[in-house]
Amino acid sequence: MRVVVGQGSCGVATGARKTAAEFEKQIADKGLGIDVTVTGCVGTCYLEPIVDVYEDNGDMTRYVKVQPENVEKIVDEHLAGGKKVEEQAIDDIDKEFVTKQERIVLRNCGIINPENIDEYIAVDGYKAIEKALTMKPEEVIEEMKASGLRGRGGAGFPTWFKWNAAKASPGNEKYLVCNADEGDPGAFMDRSVLEGDPHSLLEGMIIGGYAMGASEGIIYCRAEYPLAIKRLEIAMEQAREKGFLGKNIFDSGFDFDIRIKAGAGAFVCGEETALIASLEGERGMPRLKPPFPAAKGYWQKPTDINNVETLANVPWIIYNGGAAFAKYGTEKSPGTKVFALAGKIKKGGLVEVPMGMTIRDVIFGIGGGIKNDREFKAVQMGGPSGGCVPADLADTPVTYEDITKTGAIVGSGGMIVMDEDTCMVDMARYFLNFTRDESCGKCNYCRIGTKRMLEILERITEGKGEDGDIEKLEELAIKIKEGSLCGLGQTAPNPVLTTIKYFRNEYEDHIYNKTCTAKSCKALIQYKITDTCKGCTLCARNCPVDAIEGNVKELHKIDQDKCIKCGKCMDHCKFDAIIKE
Amino acid sequence: MSEKACGCGCDGNRAAQFADLAPTLEKYAKVPGSLITILQKAQDIYGYLSPDAINYISEQTGIKPAKIYGVATFYAQFRLEPIGKYLIMLCKGTACHVNGADMIEEAISEHLNIADGETTEDGLFTLNNVACLGCCSLAPVMMVRSSEGDETYGNLTKDRVREVLDEIRKNAEVTA
Repeated sequence: MRVVVGQGSCGVATGARKTAAEFEKQIADKGLGIDVTVTGCVGTCYLEPIVDVYEDNGDMTRYVKVQPENVEKIVDEHLAGGKKVEEQAIDDIDKEFVTKQERIVLRNCGIINPENIDEYIAVDGYKAIEKALTMKPEEVIEEMKASGLRGRGGAGFPTWFKWNAAKASPGNEKYLVCNADEGDPGAFMDRSVLEGDPHSLLEGMIIGGYAMGASEGIIYCRAEYPLAIKRLEIAMEQAREKGFLGKNIFDSGFDFDIRIKAGAGAFVCGEETALIASLEGERGMPRLKPPFPAAKGYWQKPTDINNVETLANVPWIIYNGGAAFAKYGTEKSPGTKVFALAGKIKKGGLVEVPMGMTIRDVIFGIGGGIKNDREFKAVQMGGPSGGCVPADLADTPVTYEDITKTGAIVGSGGMIVMDEDTCMVDMARYFLNFTRDESCGKCNYCRIGTKRMLEILERITEGKGEDGDIEKLEELAIKIKEGSLCGLGQTAPNPVLTTIKYFRNEYEDHIYNKTCTAKSCKALIQYKITDTCKGCTLCARNCPVDAIEGNVKELHKIDQDKCIKCGKCMDHCKFDAIIKE
Repeated sequence: MSEKACGCGCDGNRAAQFADLAPTLEKYAKVPGSLITILQKAQDIYGYLSPDAINYISEQTGIKPAKIYGVATFYAQFRLEPIGKYLIMLCKGTACHVNGADMIEEAISEHLNIADGETTEDGLFTLNNVACLGCCSLAPVMMVRSSEGDETYGNLTKDRVREVLDEIRKNAEVTA
């Protein structure tokens, strides 16, 4: 018997380390001699901390939301007594969150111990590279072509094509770079793979390196992911010891090694040429293409850049064949894709589904619908480069082509769900604020244009919108798209354009009626006290600006001129007597 | 260095001042493209990049201070001011935004009397808004970084964040 505690960043955030320590302590105290090991994130973030108890025959019981105080019961009844603790175990509905998925990228996440290479080898790990090394490089690329795998980082460019371009470029010194600088706010699948199954990424990189003739791989990883970097370092060390990295891998004569370069926090470094500049120790500013990195990249050498999720697919594809992968998904968007479900969703987490599943099936079928059973309003896809897809387009299949038609993009797979309390103008403002901050400043339209758009959006959300603002936003949006060198500027206006396209009435409400239907823009709401007020004085006592008047046991009143709309009164009221209008 | 050549207000003995950085410089100073790595190490050790540190790195690598400054200001990770013992990294990612990260920022700001980028007078806390910590299902989230390691706190509420900060402060006082 063994106990496995999920310890991805999200598990750790909910206290998984304390839970694991409590298991170790109790097991030691009671002399049970059972191992406690670690695994990555299984994707059901809303159930963390998650503890799996494996019997010797392989049967597994999954316990959810296990805090240290719940540990003793599981140890006494299950580990010592052999009887499952039903009330702590995952229920059938939550089990469906995982069973409804098709897991290729996440095949090992939350199952194996990411810090132990033997567990990866036990699930056919490093068999794909062994197989690849018996094939010719062009056969490996051919297999990738058959799979139809497209880049999972955002642009959706066919992976085989990039590999082939790097292979075709003259020169002996070539580089394979893994972009692990997951910058889209709201997407965390790459973190999960790095933390939960780092060897699948390493194996994917070795295969790619072999196919294109590169001898060095570089993982450009976000500095915000310290756990990921630590697990990658452990994985690389173990892979070197086993001879999977380094000289003469599997006696094939093929040499390949990998190093990590920690990014320093710049969204624009998701762009290939900016990433290369950053790798070279420079400011991460993009340059004109061509030449493409496949011809002139890192130190002017042929360089291929793939994202984490893309590369983690590769071992599965080579081992099972490209055709097996292409069976999933649609003709133009084959395979599976991992989506990060977050926002106003009941069951947030990572889901991997065949492409072509509808947005509705992902959000309601797997994600369980909207938090607190509110109304589904929109889903933001593709982060700052993407857009908001409204509820009435929820039956759109999730493929590169169909999502692009809505004005959003699949992007790296973030799905932020919004309910009726989310103001769409504020969402547009949020993303513009992000892209304004992250613009590298090279192109005038991106640098100044995003600032001007943000100013207009700020005015609108502050209730100072004017006639003609929407048109001005649209005009600027088009100019920024046309006048920017890289993807950041070319897509920065998308969140504004899609919200204007689908929620123009909200913009108009803000500008002409000075109202925010979502009751989220502070300048456009008023707090009021209703008749249900019991006169307990709690609100008045907690108001930081003394804006509330009223005697004990009498109806209180808010002086709107003094009110700063901090919402403290509403937080403190025990009778729900305070409303936002 | 016996004679003071830099004119920066240091005591001239910079090799001793930056002794902790020596192994990093030895390994990377002459390797092209290593500036970011060196700056990261320096920040790890000293908490921020002081003008002295930038000048010293410049001397050792041959990269002009202006260029180092340019790189340091380009990336969100680098700080040119000292930070508190506990660095609060408040996530302002999309999921956190939708789930009320602004409210949490307000609560932190009020409770500690600091704004984004500022440090409390007692030097205990620095508040930094960050793009996304990747724990979106637990939004709103913050990570607190200190010499004891990184601790992530999810599903924050205004009350919870105040409790967490008070707890950290209490523990810091006990150990001090």
